[in-house]
Amino acid sequence: MSRSFPDAILVRVLRLLAFLSGCIVLFVFLHLVLEAWPALETPGLRRFLTDDAWRPAGGPPDARYGFAPMVVGSLAATLGAMLLAAPLGFCSAVFCHQCAPPRLRGAYRRIVELLAGIPSVVYGLWGLVTLAPLVRAIEPPGPSLLTGSLVLGLMILPTVALLADAAFASVPRAQLQAAAAVSLSRWRTLLAVHLPQARPGLWGALLLGTARALGETMAVLMVCGNVIQVPKSVFNPVRTLTADIALELGYATGTHRSALFVLWLFLMGAVVVLVAAAELLGSNRARA
Amino acid sequence: MSAPDPQAPPVLEVRGLSIGYGGKCVLDGVDLDVRKGAVTALIGPSGCGKTSFLMSLNRLTELVPRCSVAGRVRLGGRELDAATDTRWLRRRIGMVFQRPTPFPVSVARNLHLPLRDSGCPRSELRARTEAVLRRVGLWDEVAGRIDSPADTLSGGQQQRLCIARALVLEPEILLMDEPCSALDPLSTRRIEELIRSLRGTVTMVIVTHNLGQARRLADDVAVFWSRGGRGALIESGPAKGVFSAPAHPDTAAYLEGLQG
Amino acid sequence: MPVRDERRAESPGELVLTVLACGSAVVVFAVFAWIVGDIVRHGASEISWSFLVDPPSRAGRAGGISSVIVSTLEILLVCLGVAVPIGVGAALFLAEVARGGRFAGRLVRAGLDVLAGVPSIVSGLFGNAFFCVTLGLGFSILSGGLTLACMVLPLLTRSLELGLRSVPDDYRMAAAALDLSSTRFFAQILLPAAAPGLAAGLLLGIGRAMAETAALILTSGSVDRMPGSLLDSGRALSVHVYELAMNVPGGEARAYATALVLVLLLVAINLLSNTMVHRLVSPRVSA
Repeated sequence: MSRSFPDAILVRVLRLLAFLSGCIVLFVFLHLVLEAWPALETPGLRRFLTDDAWRPAGGPPDARYGFAPMVVGSLAATLGAMLLAAPLGFCSAVFCHQCAPPRLRGAYRRIVELLAGIPSVVYGLWGLVTLAPLVRAIEPPGPSLLTGSLVLGLMILPTVALLADAAFASVPRAQLQAAAAVSLSRWRTLLAVHLPQARPGLWGALLLGTARALGETMAVLMVCGNVIQVPKSVFNPVRTLTADIALELGYATGTHRSALFVLWLFLMGAVVVLVAAAELLGSNRARA
Repeated sequence: MSAPDPQAPPVLEVRGLSIGYGGKCVLDGVDLDVRKGAVTALIGPSGCGKTSFLMSLNRLTELVPRCSVAGRVRLGGRELDAATDTRWLRRRIGMVFQRPTPFPVSVARNLHLPLRDSGCPRSELRARTEAVLRRVGLWDEVAGRIDSPADTLSGGQQQRLCIARALVLEPEILLMDEPCSALDPLSTRRIEELIRSLRGTVTMVIVTHNLGQARRLADDVAVFWSRGGRGALIESGPAKGVFSAPAHPDTAAYLEGLQG
Repeated sequence: MPVRDERRAESPGELVLTVLACGSAVVVFAVFAWIVGDIVRHGASEISWSFLVDPPSRAGRAGGISSVIVSTLEILLVCLGVAVPIGVGAALFLAEVARGGRFAGRLVRAGLDVLAGVPSIVSGLFGNAFFCVTLGLGFSILSGGLTLACMVLPLLTRSLELGLRSVPDDYRMAAAALDLSSTRFFAQILLPAAAPGLAAGLLLGIGRAMAETAALILTSGSVDRMPGSLLDSGRALSVHVYELAMNVPGGEARAYATALVLVLLLVAINLLSNTMVHRLVSPRVSA
């Protein structure tokens, strides 16, 4: 815009703040790599993938670093959670925009916002004390992949719903008025006007929700059962990568501690891929 | 409401102005002189670059990504180039847009903001606000609610407020991009009266699709046409001459088509 | 002017969609009611005035949670005090200065998005290593607050950026035509117009911060005494719930009670933020 002096300072300050926020993640990443380096050298990355069990606490000949079952645990729980959260989240955002009378709309949004604010420990607590016994009644032991997926899904549902809601809300009013002027039915308006505009935001909601589910620690720690195994059914207990770190970091030393950081590296890698995908998809759609 | 002085030098001289968006040329080589104090109407079919031309005059094209402007423009004898301060430029050339765009603040604030920004002392704010609102004929209608939100005004009032906002910095030239196209006939007439009253004190360049309006208001006319996918200026001159005896066959066709 | 649709007969396809939408809303309502109902049912009996003002004793099985509440609020203040200015600055940069697809903007946005996805325990690890050890702050409220600031920043920035982008371009064009200084435009037109976005972001940010457990365990510790200064260790509400649920046998009831307090606090903050949005918007308009 204009080139007055305070403006020049303002722009510099803004640029600085923006780069600061962008660089935080780099800093975090570098630090993680540093901590993980020892375990990447010995025993080395390959053993993480190929070892048959996870027993890192023992001495070098006994220690095993196979983390495949935990990766499966993480992925399965996340997938289950998204299967629950994505459809419900999008549909309720649609409800908010299309079907709800204006008064209900505000109340509904408030409720979803409140749900988004319920801490993961509380979901975990509820899952442990209320949901797990219910699942146990169907098939023991109770804390399992199913319980974990349900709780996780409920946890990220409000986030997905809110982000989807924001995406729908970003459709310019002029377009809605144009659609109304042609007497377009509200569902057709949704499909033809809202969806294309909101698509980048919706993808963002989906991918960020997935990233959040992958990284969740407390709830899965409390309700997944924490047995390191590849689940044969949804009623088997599992342990996720995140839960493992939380449990073991307290007492891990030396190579064991570094090994835990390697687990984080994998998680970080997955998150980076997801977010990069979100960025690309978002910008592609916006250009189209 | 004085007539422009036909002997005075042009306040705005444009030579060879070309505009391109992302490599595609949309306006090719415009030469135009704008007389001081006159109302110049830019007419022609849609898509001929009239709005782009207008926006290039006060450098608003710089806000559009990948837009390039070439050519020479002289304002009051002074050459405008890359080194020209946009602040100085946009104080001399004001702009009013197609859709009324008052800021989401009160009526008074809409005018205070540019005033404060240009260094007007607080003690003078009220006086200058009232003066410019009287000038556009809005004072009687809004005096009572000068502190209420600007978007509670009607469309016509909002547009007049936008004109006031553009005039409050006392520019030499006022650019107007189809100022009445979003308004009802009564508001349109009011704004046309306003334009007539400003004639002589402010130079105005108006893009309009309304030929009747052009006939009623314009001292000079510039006709834009689309040639091979790019816009170009095909004819310009005093309004009377262009309307009664257009020199260019396309102009004649345009005038005829819209009348018939 | 409400754009209410006419009650024409909807096609069967559209009816299904309506049922789906309303159905999911009902499900969400129901789940909410169930969870909250459980929390209230199990926790309300333990809550009393002394619960709120007494410090915990016997590892939390008795006494109250006063020190925990104070710790939590202090951590929150540190977090927001750092994250909001940076977030507003970054959002303004992304939405106004580096508009659209410019490289700098995309880089920053990508950086923030990745940060958003960083799992909480990773932030805890980082916070532990950097704030607690490298900067020498130790297990403290300051460490916890700064770590949370890193976590909350992306949410805040994204929401504010969305809010800024939703402000119509018309204002920018008009301001540019008047050559209004950016400072004036941001402060007096843009930011007030985008206030809802800030409020929403703040909400999500606060929610995320208060819900944080793993990161806080590793950075502000779980000492349940009343904190003396920002450099003291303190136990946040969420950490207290976790400890009571998993590590203290017989602590479930107290865990629910603490959870109830936590949720109520969140509701209060929610309402507060909403009124702040309204107050932020109205005085400007009538000025």
